[in-house]
Amino acid sequence: MHNFITYYLGSGFWGSLVSSVLPLVYIMPYALVTMWLELKISAHMQDRLGPMRTGKWHGWAQPLADVTKLLQKEDIIPTAADKVLYLLAPALVFVGSYAAYAAIPFSPAYIGSDINLGIFYIVAVSALVVLGILMAGWSSNNKWSLLGAMRTAAQLVSYEIPSSLAILAVVMVVGSFNLNDVCAAQSGWFWNWFVFGKFPFLFITFIIYFIASLAETNRAPFDIPEAESELVAGYHTEYSGMRFAFFYLAEYANMFVVAAVASVLFFGGWNSPFGAYLSGPVWGAFWLISKGMVLVFIQIWLRWTLPRFRVDQLMYLSWKILTPFALINIFAVGLWVVLRG
Amino acid sequence: MSSVYRYFRNIGMGFWTILIGMKITMKHLFTPAVTIQYPDARMPIPERGRNRLYVNMDDCIGCNQCAMACPVDCISIETAKSLPTEDLGMTSTGQKKRLWVTKFDIDFAKCCYCGLCVPPCPTECIYMTDVYEFSEYDRSNLNYSFITLSPDEVVTKVEQAKAAEREAAARKAAAAAAAAAQKAAQTAQNPPSAPVQTATKPAPATQAAPVTQPVSSPETTEKKEVEKTGSSEGKPQVDKQDEGKPGNV
Repeated sequence: MHNFITYYLGSGFWGSLVSSVLPLVYIMPYALVTMWLELKISAHMQDRLGPMRTGKWHGWAQPLADVTKLLQKEDIIPTAADKVLYLLAPALVFVGSYAAYAAIPFSPAYIGSDINLGIFYIVAVSALVVLGILMAGWSSNNKWSLLGAMRTAAQLVSYEIPSSLAILAVVMVVGSFNLNDVCAAQSGWFWNWFVFGKFPFLFITFIIYFIASLAETNRAPFDIPEAESELVAGYHTEYSGMRFAFFYLAEYANMFVVAAVASVLFFGGWNSPFGAYLSGPVWGAFWLISKGMVLVFIQIWLRWTLPRFRVDQLMYLSWKILTPFALINIFAVGLWVVLRG
Repeated sequence: MSSVYRYFRNIGMGFWTILIGMKITMKHLFTPAVTIQYPDARMPIPERGRNRLYVNMDDCIGCNQCAMACPVDCISIETAKSLPTEDLGMTSTGQKKRLWVTKFDIDFAKCCYCGLCVPPCPTECIYMTDVYEFSEYDRSNLNYSFITLSPDEVVTKVEQAKAAEREAAARKAAAAAAAAAQKAAQTAQNPPSAPVQTATKPAPATQAAPVTQPVSSPETTEKKEVEKTGSSEGKPQVDKQDEGKPGNV
């Protein structure tokens, strides 16, 4: 039973529908909570208080207020914009982020689509985001949007290589692309997780993957595509209202995708850290989401710690540091698997 | 070799400095915020902070020195002389108040909060308060009036002062005329012969006299004139006050 919904409802229309909508039910509250967390964490890291008034208790309703405001806003389409692409872009960006949720094993009993090429599918479908961003930047007919989109394309394409190589190292160890199998391979106590030295090179792999995934989510220090001090807002400069909200939601959805993939690949996914204790379908979802949230917290932490990269530094990091290290690493892991595995 | 060393050293330094940075931000995540919830909590205002001005009109003598000192001309003062019968009291610094301040406006839309108006004040009646929240929806509301007189009082005081001034001017003119007459009389008297003198002199002076005589007689006539023209009350006092003047001429 990999998907309890299709198990009970059958894999017909209703089963598929409910199964595919379930991640959305998770993303909405997750995005609101993370938006609030980001506001509060960034504020406290700068010795500020952050939102304190909306909803009385530490501004807990601030993201709700923001979303409500965005819903009411006028949807502006620049007259010089390429309308079809302009309207399609935010949807495509969100679809790219959301489609990745299909292959994430939230719990032993829930994975949207238990396909053999799960992680490969996630990498492939995440590339849709690049396309969407490029469309948004090009169709806006705005120099900042275009510059932001070009930077995004360059950045995402560059960082997909170390990220994919890092994923490949884990796949070689497990011998499967299916993320449920990857989780199952790390069952038992937490020292069985791939980060903790079962395979010495996988810690480096995790670092490489994490850095590359930061770049793929367009977050600081890799936020040059939307560098607000240079490009206003980058590729979504011209967007307002709900279409802007879609980009925003896609960013947060994407953050969790990379965090969930990292926790599946390196932190045991839905496995409990304590072996058989506190494990099961519901605990599995709890563990995966809490592991993901810890990594999301580290993303936020890094964002408010580090300044933005310069474009050349960004390319240097990808091509001259991460890619060679990932290649050497994959060679070493391959050697390990051949000799010991 | 050195470039290889530098490459790995860069990577090591990169990781090390990121960890240092993360340590710092983590430390700050748990330090209490330095900001305050402004409308609920306020920072204490510095003792010599320059905020909104206040004028204590009980002490103002209308000397206009603050308005003169103001670099942006945001203070406008108008005064009216008080009548000698009116006692305006003393300031707390022991100065006698002589002027009705009929207008004392400070336009805080213009005010640059430099505080230059404060030191010149002889009675220390204009000073900075700790009020700094006084925004308005209409700019004209920022023009503060500090006078204690009611609009009606202002009108009467101004009228009264004008009347007194007119009177004084009239008296001065009369005095000047008298002085001229006296001068003429003197010049007529001193030079050669008496018959000429009698001819030029006004009627009351015909009896002729020593040098002082002509001075006193025009004075009395002037007094009578004033009494006729001037309106009721304050006039006799004005005369009393100005009594010495013609004599001094």
